[in-house]
Amino acid sequence: MKLTKILTSAVLATGLATAALADKTKVGFVYVGPVGDGGWTYEHDKGRLAVEEAYGDKVETVYVESVPEGPDSERVMTDMALKGADIIFTTSFGYMDPTINVAKKFPNVKFEHATGYKTAPNVSVYSARFYEGRAVQGTIAGHMTKSNVVGYIGSYPIPEVIRGINSAFIHARKVNPDVQFKIVWAYTWFDPAKEADAAKVLIEQGADVILQHTDSTAPQAAAQAAGNVVTFGQASDMSEYAPFPRVSSIIDDWAPYYIARVGAVMDGSWAESNTWHGIGDGMVGIGEISDAVPADVKAEALALKAALADGSYHSFTGPLKKQDGSDWLAEGETADDGTLAGMNFYVEGIEGDVPQ
Amino acid sequence: MDLSAINPVLLIASLMVAATPLLLAAVGELVVERAGVLNLGVEGMMIVGAIGGFAISVESGSPYLGLVAAMIAGAVLSLLFAFLTQFALANQVASGLALTLFGLGLSALMGQGYVGIKPPAMGKLDIPILSDLPVVGPILFGHDPVLYIGIALTAGVWAVLKYSRIGLILRAVGENHDAAHALGYNVIRVRVLAIMFGGACAGLGGAYISLIRVPQWTEGMTAGIGWIALALVVFASWKPWRVLLGAYLFGGINVLQLNLQAAGIAIPVEYLAMSPYIITILVLVIMSADKSRAPASLGRIFHASG
Repeated sequence: MKLTKILTSAVLATGLATAALADKTKVGFVYVGPVGDGGWTYEHDKGRLAVEEAYGDKVETVYVESVPEGPDSERVMTDMALKGADIIFTTSFGYMDPTINVAKKFPNVKFEHATGYKTAPNVSVYSARFYEGRAVQGTIAGHMTKSNVVGYIGSYPIPEVIRGINSAFIHARKVNPDVQFKIVWAYTWFDPAKEADAAKVLIEQGADVILQHTDSTAPQAAAQAAGNVVTFGQASDMSEYAPFPRVSSIIDDWAPYYIARVGAVMDGSWAESNTWHGIGDGMVGIGEISDAVPADVKAEALALKAALADGSYHSFTGPLKKQDGSDWLAEGETADDGTLAGMNFYVEGIEGDVPQ
Repeated sequence: MDLSAINPVLLIASLMVAATPLLLAAVGELVVERAGVLNLGVEGMMIVGAIGGFAISVESGSPYLGLVAAMIAGAVLSLLFAFLTQFALANQVASGLALTLFGLGLSALMGQGYVGIKPPAMGKLDIPILSDLPVVGPILFGHDPVLYIGIALTAGVWAVLKYSRIGLILRAVGENHDAAHALGYNVIRVRVLAIMFGGACAGLGGAYISLIRVPQWTEGMTAGIGWIALALVVFASWKPWRVLLGAYLFGGINVLQLNLQAAGIAIPVEYLAMSPYIITILVLVIMSADKSRAPASLGRIFHASG
């Protein structure tokens, strides 16, 4: 009898709480790393805070950090949806299938998956054209390397990362025909000790420029300790390592997109979409190029950035060949988004195989 | 493929650095488990040691003070576990897991103001003639002091467990706490001290990551090394030298596989990436084919009335 009473009141209380919150739009975020990683997740959380600032009392945001990619993320998303989230942003590639699975169970909840390609009536995808930033980095890297060895720390061999490697390589080769890339796969987005090890290994093997596609600032610290190694901020400005070793950066700016999408949920205009914005739309920013970069190189990099922004130049413009020597893009031809979204090959000149 | 790009001297020198945090944490946990206590909170104590040591060394400007602070931080946190399991008689597995979760949260809170700060550098051992020797110099005499502490600690733990009276008492408590109690030993006190020792070692291991190996503070930066340390203790059959071997194997293959990748060797990267785990487990499992087994009272709650 007593138990029934408690249960009833619990149900009532939950009902009341939900009712009280009903006029607020509840926004959930699932993060792959800690909000203090100084990189990828840090920028997503800045986007979350921007949503709170933009809508004030009308929204409530929740987030769960360091959620492993894979089945456990389904539990986190389900929990958020059950607790009344109206829209959930899942901010890593590995949440793709879990997002689709959970979205099927909650048709009234909107889902937004970052960097993936699977959509559904209540699942949109969004990503940034990081490869445009990589083109700028590659240009600077090609000029800055003295050993002609550029180290690249990859996370997972997924299209997003491979695009970045190709774009950086193409533009480094363009300004320095002798440049070589050494690529190390860390198989993690965030593990400072491992990222530091990878950076040290690359430096020991002669790299004097390190590009990273992992989320922590550990490679920056390793480069700083080595003394004469150039790095670039990844996902966030990482300006605490400027002006050297960090000479520039790619900054992800998710805030405008998050504000727009939450706004769309509020006024009921949300619809399935596939957003892929670059430098021109402001989703990809290029951090200040420091004085460690010679003025003419800086000018060249900024000119490239401007050309990418106004659309007069595409990062993947032919003539380009694939690694095996087969033709990919003819003279003046540019890559279409479909090929880029599923890119699983290196361009000509890169050594080693893409892990399959 | 260009294997000549790999410098074996630098490889061995860096594998020793990569193995040290794991070694420190695992040796500490070994002592705890030999006393019959299973503390799953290694990861939590490591990360609290990492931020505790980092904060103190930044504030004081002395990396050595930071290392001491890390040991104290780890030991203090482990006291919480000691209180729960030894006095409140709580379940050790649940308390250990709680300690890890608590440690991760606490460290994130403590570390708010320390993101992006560079800690004071720790000098490397630089013995005039020895450190300049070719090959041997960089491998044996060119490291930070903590690395040597790790090796010395392993030797010390081995000698104490094997040859000293304290070691005998500790093992007695771990094998059969009722008998040890009947003989007049204070089981609770021995275990609390062992837990604190384990906490201090884990804290030092964490600080090694944040002060020397990386060096910077980032949330969650131990990234699972505490769990690997726990597994290592089991696979090493609770024997100190095997823990050392396991840690060096794991750290070594980790660094080696990155080197092979960078040199462009034609082994699929997936196999390279999983190799540290597989080879370490394989070697240690084969070695444990002798009749080694877990301490008999491991994980059991002791109460004098019991």
